[in-house]
Amino acid sequence: MRSDPADYELIAPGNLQAVVSLLADEPGKWLPIAGGTDVMVLYAAGKLPARKLVSIWNLPELRSIEISPEEIRIGAGCTYTELREHEIIAREFPLLASAARWTGGIANQNRGTLGGNIVNASPAADSLPALLVYEAELILVSGRGERRVPYLDFHTGYKKMKLAPDELIRAICLGRRFSNYLHYARKVGAREAQALSKVCVAALGRLRGGVAGAVIDDVRIALGSVAPVPLRLTEVERIAKGRPVDPELVQLTRKMTGAAIQPIDDIRSTARYRSAVAGNLIAEFLEQLRGSGKTV
Amino acid sequence: MSHSSEHRGKDDRGKDDRGKCELSLTVNGKPETVRVFPMERLLDVLRQELGLTGTKEGCGEGECGSCSVLMNGELVNSCLIPALQAAGTNLTTIEGIAEGPQVSALQAAFLEWGGAQCGICTPGMILASRHLLNKKPEPTVEDIREGLSGNLCRCTGYMQIFEAVVQAARRRVSA
Repeated sequence: MRSDPADYELIAPGNLQAVVSLLADEPGKWLPIAGGTDVMVLYAAGKLPARKLVSIWNLPELRSIEISPEEIRIGAGCTYTELREHEIIAREFPLLASAARWTGGIANQNRGTLGGNIVNASPAADSLPALLVYEAELILVSGRGERRVPYLDFHTGYKKMKLAPDELIRAICLGRRFSNYLHYARKVGAREAQALSKVCVAALGRLRGGVAGAVIDDVRIALGSVAPVPLRLTEVERIAKGRPVDPELVQLTRKMTGAAIQPIDDIRSTARYRSAVAGNLIAEFLEQLRGSGKTV
Repeated sequence: MSHSSEHRGKDDRGKDDRGKCELSLTVNGKPETVRVFPMERLLDVLRQELGLTGTKEGCGEGECGSCSVLMNGELVNSCLIPALQAAGTNLTTIEGIAEGPQVSALQAAFLEWGGAQCGICTPGMILASRHLLNKKPEPTVEDIREGLSGNLCRCTGYMQIFEAVVQAARRRVSA
């Protein structure tokens, strides 16, 4: 049943400090709402448990993209549109730009935010595998100050994360060190726009050695929609490093991927299909890496 | 009895109003002030408070694009926007697309090329097309497909809609 707006409180303090103070005063009582592309869907369905909401949409402190020689710092309130239109993100972090392009349609991209995508914690979120392979770090802010944590183990279980009730994500930091890597992303879904992924993958890799004897120097692979959290395949990466891309490696990674993921049957796909597709996508990535000429 | 029911009626009104806030916004160039609950959906504010029923509700969950409007020039789904977040913004709805008494070139192209049938998706399609043409005056077919990918139509099958946008862009450029 639809929610009654009279039952809900929503305030918009207009600056980050005021929002942080509010969360510090009553931890866990206020639900931050940015562009509303997830929160308002729950609200419309009468499934929003929070009754008190605080707007963080358009807070200037969360809306900038700062560039330094070492890293790019993306405000958590930046929209998908801002991500896909940003020149340096498109050039150096194309997996994030692709994910932004694949998320929802234009209207949702104009409102959905990267920080919102992280805290909504959907295992099917397209941007999260990209953050895993780029080894993003999150800046969290609360009344106690700021802390910087790796995104890698931020999501601990289905919709569970290492975020205190009084904390907000302030920014997402990406190190600018992947220029000579192959960047690979694929989304498999019913259609590109407005459809959640059946499986999505983000991967980075580079080779070393001559064309004939090239082996994998470095590789990072992450999958979405195949486990309760977006999954980095660290074991597969470990095994692949130092080996040539040959049929034996492709077969081994396929087998290891199948063992690492925990896909389910749901409205969008089946566990069996997801497992087969995940293996195929990683094989495709390795094939592309082999022919990419991306060497140290 | 009539006195007590009237009294209760007043009480109810008082209770209903508690929590409402006054918001000012500009809709189709006209300044408006409404008194609404902050979590009221912008879609409902437009349709019920301002009587602008051209904006349609399809899915009510940001999937279909029927409720699309422009907010400060950006395409948004009005079903997903709490009223408070629309305070101070500049909105364009389908009622603001016509050029005076004349339909706009974009609307004319939809009419001419059969881009509207039952009409539920049409206001959203027009707003998404306007947004696209504002950003890309000479869109490719791929741009049009992407620009309208968040708007679902169950009647025309899209080809007439895409063609209408192609024609509108062509006329605008040659004009």
